[in-house]
Amino acid sequence: MGELFWIFISALLINNFTLSYFLGICPFLGVSNKLDTAFRMGLAIIFVQLITAVCAWALNTYILIYAPYLRLISFIIVIASTVQFVEMVIKKLSPELFRALGIYLPLITTNCAILGLALFQTNKGYGLVEGLVYALGAGGGITLALVIMAGIREETRILDIPKLLHGTALNLIIAGILSMAFMGFAGLFSAN
Amino acid sequence: MNTINQSNRTYTEFVKGLWKENPVFVAVLGMCPVLAVTNSAINGLAMGLATTFVLVGSSFLVSMVRHWIPKQVRITTFIVIIATFVSTVDMALEALVPKIHKELGAFIALIVVNCIIMGRQEAFAAKNTVKLSIADALGMSVGFIFALVTLGGLREILGSGSFFGFLLFGDHFEPWIIMILPPGGFFVLGFLLLFFNWLKKNRDERLKKQTAVLSKTMQGA
Repeated sequence: MGELFWIFISALLINNFTLSYFLGICPFLGVSNKLDTAFRMGLAIIFVQLITAVCAWALNTYILIYAPYLRLISFIIVIASTVQFVEMVIKKLSPELFRALGIYLPLITTNCAILGLALFQTNKGYGLVEGLVYALGAGGGITLALVIMAGIREETRILDIPKLLHGTALNLIIAGILSMAFMGFAGLFSAN
Repeated sequence: MNTINQSNRTYTEFVKGLWKENPVFVAVLGMCPVLAVTNSAINGLAMGLATTFVLVGSSFLVSMVRHWIPKQVRITTFIVIIATFVSTVDMALEALVPKIHKELGAFIALIVVNCIIMGRQEAFAAKNTVKLSIADALGMSVGFIFALVTLGGLREILGSGSFFGFLLFGDHFEPWIIMILPPGGFFVLGFLLLFFNWLKKNRDERLKKQTAVLSKTMQGA
């Protein structure tokens, strides 16, 4: 139990996917201008991460031991098609949930955070339960970063900022400060 | 006449990626490798070369088979082609330069999802001849390498006081370590973009002044 908790916290805060591995930067810079959109995007990412963890685990245990050189291709294709399949199921079963997450799902299937999770999970040799916890932590970490960023960006709109700074340059500098703040978590729990 | 036009076209397709349509500084694409592996100039260069191989290879293949790819499955086809080249480069680097492969880690495999590569296939290679596609891919790659080495070089100079591993300053230099850590990537790229914005603004203002003066003299005449 303790180890699972550690995996979760580590992925959520200390090795935050967006702020210390630079994975999922595209949505981080692209859809973080509104708090509501950012939050839904985050939920969609958590959802896809969980599917990815299961797919990657299944591929690693049953198929890739026979053909490790197919890892990349099979990861991408299996994850993309599973997400599309689940998307159809959700559309059928719960149109409400589909409306909330739907438009973001196709956008993130080939996101680097998704493939990154599958690869890191493989490198660390996680099993199914550990993989799922890791996915939850990683997805949660991206959501956290997205929501904080969106909150800050909503504030910057009413501030008097030099015109030259508007756009990506400002977002990157804000992201740098956030990333610095998250580095503070590196010392978490190391005392005991 | 025709041949001159054609070689001209190849040249323009090559040159545009270097500066005018630079994938990183202008289009702000492929941020993930740009920020993640540029903690030193040599890592940036290695990443740039690996991406070049994948981009040129897949542009070549895609433009060659472009008439046979059905429109509905083109994205999937592109992904399979790109992933094949990435797997090749991943295994080759692991065999040839294990040290660099270890430092770049999973980011070599993550070239697959670099939007620059997919973007060039969709926007260019799927519609143009093999020769033009290769010119375009080479131009974009050189632009990408330029961006990576600039960023990696700046971060290495600030963060470890060296360039390509050579120490630049004396013993008194206190390295600015945050620059080779993740926040440094965001900061250096942010300030670089700011600098380019400033250059562009200055140029636009100069151009505006020139046209204003020109139209005034025209009116006077």
